[in-house]
Amino acid sequence: MFQDPVLMSRALTALTLGFHVIFATLGVGVPLLILLAEFLGIRKKDPKYTLMARRWSRGYVVTVAVGVVTGTAIGLQLSLLWPNLMRVAGQTIALPLFMETFAFFFEAIFLGIYLYTWDRFKNPWHHMLLGIPVAVGALFSGFFITTVNSFMNQPVGFDIVDGRLANVSPLEAMFSPAMPTKMAHVLTSAILTSAFILAAIAAVQLLRQRRNQLDKMSIEYHKKGLRLTMTVALIFAIATALVGDFSGKYLAKYQPDKLAAAEWHFETSSEAELILGGWLEDDGQGGYEVRGALKIPYALSILAGGVPNYEVTGLNEFAKEDQPPLFVHYLFDAMVGIGMLLALISFLFVLGRYIKRLNQFSKPMLFAIAAGGPLAMAAIEFGWFFAEFGRQPWALYELMRTSEAATTSANVGWMLVAFAILYAVLGTVTVVVLSRLFKENPVGKELKQSEHRGEAMFADEV
Amino acid sequence: MQIQELGIAVLWTFLYGYLIVASIDFGAGFFAFYSRYTKRDHLVNRLVKRYLSPTWEVTNVFFVFFFVGIVGFFPDTAYYYGTALLVPASVVLILLAIRGSFYAFANYGSKESTLYMFLYGATGLLIPASMSTVLTVSQGGFITETENGVFFDGAKLFTNFYSWTVVILAIVSVLYISAMFLLFYADKARDQNAVELVRKWALFWSVPTIIASGLVFFGLKSQAAWHYESILGGNWWWFAMSFLFFVIAVSFVYMKRNYGIAFLMVMGQFFMAWFGYGYSHLPYILYPYIDINGSVVNESMAVALVIVFILGLLLLVPALYLLLRLFLFDNDYVRGKRSSGKA
Ligand code: HDD
Ligand code: HEM
Ligand code: HEM
Repeated sequence: MFQDPVLMSRALTALTLGFHVIFATLGVGVPLLILLAEFLGIRKKDPKYTLMARRWSRGYVVTVAVGVVTGTAIGLQLSLLWPNLMRVAGQTIALPLFMETFAFFFEAIFLGIYLYTWDRFKNPWHHMLLGIPVAVGALFSGFFITTVNSFMNQPVGFDIVDGRLANVSPLEAMFSPAMPTKMAHVLTSAILTSAFILAAIAAVQLLRQRRNQLDKMSIEYHKKGLRLTMTVALIFAIATALVGDFSGKYLAKYQPDKLAAAEWHFETSSEAELILGGWLEDDGQGGYEVRGALKIPYALSILAGGVPNYEVTGLNEFAKEDQPPLFVHYLFDAMVGIGMLLALISFLFVLGRYIKRLNQFSKPMLFAIAAGGPLAMAAIEFGWFFAEFGRQPWALYELMRTSEAATTSANVGWMLVAFAILYAVLGTVTVVVLSRLFKENPVGKELKQSEHRGEAMFADEV
Repeated sequence: MQIQELGIAVLWTFLYGYLIVASIDFGAGFFAFYSRYTKRDHLVNRLVKRYLSPTWEVTNVFFVFFFVGIVGFFPDTAYYYGTALLVPASVVLILLAIRGSFYAFANYGSKESTLYMFLYGATGLLIPASMSTVLTVSQGGFITETENGVFFDGAKLFTNFYSWTVVILAIVSVLYISAMFLLFYADKARDQNAVELVRKWALFWSVPTIIASGLVFFGLKSQAAWHYESILGGNWWWFAMSFLFFVIAVSFVYMKRNYGIAFLMVMGQFFMAWFGYGYSHLPYILYPYIDINGSVVNESMAVALVIVFILGLLLLVPALYLLLRLFLFDNDYVRGKRSSGKA
């Protein structure tokens, strides 16, 4: 196993991307929230929002740094682990990869400027304007990389003549049928998750207010933060679920095997039911029997085609060696379940503004929000692992098998060990550094300083 | 100019950009650690920090740009180098990851830690050392293709004398370029104590730089005769110019004047050597397997990449200018008269 370059390459790709996506997701969503807070701070002349933007951006730099180094790793690993794939990808999908580096450049330059010019301008709007390219650059990097992944799911934009690529159209490859839903779902879920993570931090602070002896101003600060982030979360939870529904329809049309594996839908049929949870047992005839699952009538047909009598392709239409692994069902269920839960939590919180009896800051509510942050990040992981395992055995759907794409080098196993250690260290130190960073600068202290000086300051070492 | 020539020229130019900005960064890491170790950090570290903090991420993108771009323009590089260089490239990645993240941890995060500084300084020398071996590999003889695939003879590279001279050249050039830049920056900051210290470093590292350059140049004769002949056959003047720039740069520093022009001369010195090396290396990207004419990407992709590149530059150049104006050419910022404005 350790000697198998294909298996080890898959594991190392999954490890690096699984780690990178945590920071990439925050990288897409958090700049938007920072901008929003800075905007409110200037607009409402409320230093609490300005401080919020500053504190978020301080944490954000640390996560960006890890995002950058892991992103650099995966960028080079694509060529190291999948040389045959990249030889084809270079011919067809290099364009968005190349564009992505420009988005990185743009984001990196303005992030450097944004972080170090908080007090340079007399007019606070000027500083906020500098944040816009950061957020735009981040959204575009997410967009471009998602087009590459879409291409892997729906490789189009070229012909194969005598076993060689011909008539390549870079734009067509970039705007593959998989792109619209994938891009929209990735971006909306990233914003949803970032909002929930920031909300969870505030919720934890409020839960610990007694123990940490928070003063009135700090409590007010965290409550403001919660209102802001949970409103954003509600909007994007709805958007994510809506786009997720479209993603299901995309799958039904273009990658029916992935959808069938996710739903344990073996026989092609209309009026198909949605299967939640459960397990599989051999039915003695080479097939499977679904046990212990919750079955919702018509729901799969509706997810796949929008109408109850839509015919959904079953997995048995595909040769055994072309079928994705069946455990992706659990990944799909977990993602959708968490999605519903997040929508419910943010809905109840926002509703609490209008219905007095529903206390927004009650203990159960705060607990739910605090759990929502890690759950949202888990949904991102489940979603990606579902999407990627569900594409198996194909690296390029129905064109190149994963086993044909991989390197032949015998040393991948050791690299897997080395990178696993690296990410363990990076992950741990990131958490330690972030928590120390905020413990050493409690909100209360910073709020008082900002009242004195009319602005929020950080201990300035220069 | 044909499209493959344009492509390789663009990529080589960005790699030159990386050579300069990354050398400044890598060397600064070493000097920061060294001066802390010798308890002189109060003299230079503020200066280093003021320049590096807003720019390190941009430096990294130069590298990303190069390896993404080369796979786009010449997809065969992914196949040959990707298969062969798994282990050395992974080592570089791990070092880069340690360096980048611990810089951020030390700088934006908690209080300064000597361990973080050590990691930052040591990786600053190890990364260019390991990256430079790719140049040696590209000369041929270490990667072979058989029916069973592409193989890399790592042991041969490791025991090769020429390869070690390249490594040494990489390390000393990093320290030389970095010291020359810091000298200019310290002078701009009117920080007399720092100027005196850094000037000594700059002069000190200029000597091994020129010796190692000579070694590498003459070592090429036995290592890669095809390349050596290409240089002697009409491409030697690049290196003569490079040497001239070196002499001017070091003379200015010796005479304690024109540090700004001296640094420009250093950039010229490496520009000439870098492009002379690259130009005489053509048409090969990997001798003898990848040459730019045979392995260029299909035409529609090549055209698309060039268009995107031009549009990208239109966006990038003003942005880079703004960055430099705020942090390199703003005298108040350089002198630390402005509050750092950090978040
Ligand atoms: C917070 C994260 C999150 C949440 C709550 C959801 N998703 Fe999701 N989903 C993702 C995060 C995500 C993702 C990480 O962004 C994926 C992985 C690959 C991709 O394109 O997006 C994804 C993929 C993905 C796919 C596969 C797309 C493909 O392979 O091309 C489908 C069909 C859905 N989702 C459907 C849903 C539905 C019906 C949801 C109902 C609420 C839902 N998702 C909630
Ligand atoms: C869903 C998947 C991904 C998303 C949403 C994503 C997004 C991002 C974002 C937003 C950043 C900027 C870092 C930050 O601001 O936090 C980043 C960094 C990076 N990503 Fe990813 N990424 C994904 C997957 C990948 C993949 C597959 C690659 C490889 C091609 C990659 C390559 C990189 C590189 C090279 C960087 C560092 C850029 C720099 O040097 O500034 N990413 N990614
Ligand atoms: C960031 C979130 C992502 C995660 C967590 C993720 C996860 C995974 C996993 C688990 C595999 C192994 C699947 C298997 O072999 O069974 C894989 C394979 C792969 N992924 Fe992703 N992936 C992500 C995004 C991307 C993106 C955006 C790209 C494209 C640029 C990409 C490119 C690849 C490639 C090239 C492989 C190897 C070929 C294959 O197994 O099909 N991944 N990824």
